[in-house]
Amino acid sequence: MEAFLHQVFSGLATGGIYASMALALVMIYQSTHHINFSQGEMATFCTFIAWALIETGFPYWVAFFATVAIGLVGGMAIQRIFLRPVENAPILTNVIVFIGLLVIFNSTAGWIFDHTIKAFPSPFPRGTFFDTQYFSSHEIGSIMVTLLVLVALYAFFRFTPLGLAMRAAAQNPVSSRLVGIRVSWMLALGWGLAAAIGAIAGMMVAPIVYLDPNMMAGILLYGFAGALLGGIDNPWGAVFGGFVVGVLENVLGAYVIGTELKLTVALVLIVGVLTLKPTGLFGKVVVTRV
Amino acid sequence: MGAILQASNLDAFYGPTQVLFGVGFELREGGITTILGANGAGKTTTLRAVCGMVRTAGEVRLEGERIDGKATEDIVRKGIAHVPDGRGTFTALTVEENLRLGGYVRKDRDGVAADIERLYERFPRLKERRRQQAGTLSGGEQQMLAISRALMLRPRLLLLDEPSFGLAPLIVKEIFEIMRTINREDGVSMLLVEQNASLALDLADHAYLLETGKVVIAGSADTIKNDEQVRRSYLGY
Repeated sequence: MEAFLHQVFSGLATGGIYASMALALVMIYQSTHHINFSQGEMATFCTFIAWALIETGFPYWVAFFATVAIGLVGGMAIQRIFLRPVENAPILTNVIVFIGLLVIFNSTAGWIFDHTIKAFPSPFPRGTFFDTQYFSSHEIGSIMVTLLVLVALYAFFRFTPLGLAMRAAAQNPVSSRLVGIRVSWMLALGWGLAAAIGAIAGMMVAPIVYLDPNMMAGILLYGFAGALLGGIDNPWGAVFGGFVVGVLENVLGAYVIGTELKLTVALVLIVGVLTLKPTGLFGKVVVTRV
Repeated sequence: MGAILQASNLDAFYGPTQVLFGVGFELREGGITTILGANGAGKTTTLRAVCGMVRTAGEVRLEGERIDGKATEDIVRKGIAHVPDGRGTFTALTVEENLRLGGYVRKDRDGVAADIERLYERFPRLKERRRQQAGTLSGGEQQMLAISRALMLRPRLLLLDEPSFGLAPLIVKEIFEIMRTINREDGVSMLLVEQNASLALDLADHAYLLETGKVVIAGSADTIKNDEQVRRSYLGY
């Protein structure tokens, strides 16, 4: 029982990271109906920046917040430079841009920081506060960071004029322009926020899986599975899906299929959801009149 | 009083298709002008051309300053509010959020809050439903919300695209009454596009008749009301 509980808790910890990635995907999906395949590599790149800052001697939390800020600005810049020119282009054009970004970030990370696996520090080292037999302090710490991010995002979208404008722009771009919202900048801001969330997810997962240029490839798959499971157009569903995938992956990996086949859980979920219930658990059913 | 909006030689295009051909009109400050015409004559397109929502050629001036070729959101920021066809409410957002978005570009937060209260007084139905999703409102309530949202901008000019569309006659009467009040009390100039010509001519002081993208008749509402051709084709008596 104790071992099982431990598996569930560490599943929740990684699930929180998948939930963040799922949320980042949903954020861009809601406003553009595109899945950003480069989301994972952008997060890895940000984590490398954090690593470099920490290596240079900055305290962890300074590096953390600097990286989040760099992610925010960098994400916006990427949207302005690479995505804006293809805003009205067919979906395949966008997919190609995403794949291009994926390759660029992956190889640039390898080129600058090389491909050797690096240890990334946790701000919640073993032996501090909540360390118990069920979960390590990094696990509980990263769950708390995830929850903080969720609360902050909720407050931003619910209570600030800018958050309201972003929701409006995602929902009805034409009417948004008619009330004076700069829709294109709202998209850029969405990219910035998604990149910042990804950066946090990267920094939380790096102490567990170690840092290398391919670190987020698997994580993004889990995040994608979570987003699909909860409903790709529903942020809360995506977060819920992320946590479910985390727990499922861990428990199944420990007791049923073995750790080598863990990633299969994500792939089976993706294929399963898409064939059986494409809208996910909480997604909107879109009825199109023909 | 001078002209608040002038358009001259205005062409408009959807992709390669030209819809307006050298349209010209002038709106008197504080007045209500209506554009009449059959389906497909280019009425909606005229409003869209003013707001930079379609590709145009020619000139549009707001109080003498050229606004053609500017982005929609910049034109809106100059004080032109547009109630588009289909109303353009944010259906998944609440009534109050719709109103707050209407005042999004304004800097005076207190003024925005005061204006929301003022509109609630004018439209008690909206106040009752302030926390409801706009999509759950009836057609008439949505139209009131769309007009209120536009007024939240404190516009100098209000563009209205078929406010009577799909509404019961009694509701239409109520909405036209509201528009008259807004024009009189707040001094908002209006450009009204309507299928219902007699209703529009009763409200407006000036009218233009569009046919296949060209202005064919222009004049005061009274003159146009008594024009033989207009009466037969658009008023039906």
